[in-house]
Amino acid sequence: MLETSTLYGLLGIVLASLGLHAAILQRDTLRRILAINILGVGVFLVFIATAYNGPTTVPDAVPHALVLTGIVVAVAATALALALLRRLEATRETDDDQ
Amino acid sequence: MTLDDLVMLDVLLSAMLLMLAIAALHSQSLRRSIILFIVFGLVTALAWARLKAPDVALAEAMIGSGVAGALLLAALRDRKPDSKATTERGRPSWQVLTVTYLVIGLALTASWAFLDAHQNQSGPRIGALVQSELTNSGVSNPVTAVLLNFRAYDTLLELAVLSAALLGVLALGPERAAPRIAGPVVTHLVAWLAPLLIVTAGYLLWVGAHAPGGAFQAGALLAAAGIIVRLSGKPQAGLPSGIRLRLITAAGCGVFLFVGLASMSGGASLLQYPADWAGTLILLIEVFATLSIAASLLLVYLGGQPDAWASGRERGHA
Repeated sequence: MLETSTLYGLLGIVLASLGLHAAILQRDTLRRILAINILGVGVFLVFIATAYNGPTTVPDAVPHALVLTGIVVAVAATALALALLRRLEATRETDDDQ
Repeated sequence: MTLDDLVMLDVLLSAMLLMLAIAALHSQSLRRSIILFIVFGLVTALAWARLKAPDVALAEAMIGSGVAGALLLAALRDRKPDSKATTERGRPSWQVLTVTYLVIGLALTASWAFLDAHQNQSGPRIGALVQSELTNSGVSNPVTAVLLNFRAYDTLLELAVLSAALLGVLALGPERAAPRIAGPVVTHLVAWLAPLLIVTAGYLLWVGAHAPGGAFQAGALLAAAGIIVRLSGKPQAGLPSGIRLRLITAAGCGVFLFVGLASMSGGASLLQYPADWAGTLILLIEVFATLSIAASLLLVYLGGQPDAWASGRERGHA
């Protein structure tokens, strides 16, 4: 019988792999940023799956806190990446005009 | 509900997540990809809830899906439709094959390591230590205890990372153009929704001491209130201007560091709170962290240097 934590842990690995695959192979930078976000969710899922101790026991709080921190850092990094992309595309356009 | 039903629910959730991720990554239209990513984030929040991680579920729904989705949609709107970057070209097939095989190899190795660690989990787990020391932490929610007491150093540095990202965004160019003035329906909806979000944020901040919630979730909700106020046609999104805005964005890190240093004056080490004061100090840090997180997330959504930020100094340069 497949356990809940095993199921979600393996799902996390598959999601992280799909995200990594797309982040390397996509051409469009905005799509790459989105792929890296999906990669991140996959990694978080592995963490939370290891914290899970069955439906009746209290889960381990340390991975939960790490993932909470990770979600905020991920969104900060995404915001910075998107700002860099916006600047990059604006620079490209002015180069094209000249 | 029997045990089998619950397992079935997990299998369905996993299948949904997998399909949503594939659709979000490979959809033809970028707009559709981003909307699918937002849905993916919301379904992930359900998976966190199934894994008994309600704090993470709240943060994922608000930050990972909500704020990140708003950022991606705003980035899409910034683009010119004929932008060169949107034209898709395929990779040569040898590159695709190499990357695919490498990623599959990596995934198999990771799966083996995960299953191995999962089956042979003996030895002490740090979660047991958290549970036994919880009464000394000043709060009764274990996740808040880890974030603001046992591993407070991580959280302090995380707030510093958020500030660094904010400075990067501020340095990178002008503010996004404000949206058009919204119609009366949206304006009235926002007038009704924004106060509700602010009250809920206050509740989440307070309840974080003993139940799921806390500074991050509360900060994200406040930022969401700001984003919808902005979308209803108020360019400044309810932010104060000039020096007050600077103080708010720095307060999270600043108060945290101040409390940490003050705790050293009694002979303790950095961020080692006196046991009687721990609950109060944690709440104090969380109040300022909430304001800081909200202002930072809102500022990175506005992008570049917004008027509110610039109004504190001479406007002659602008």
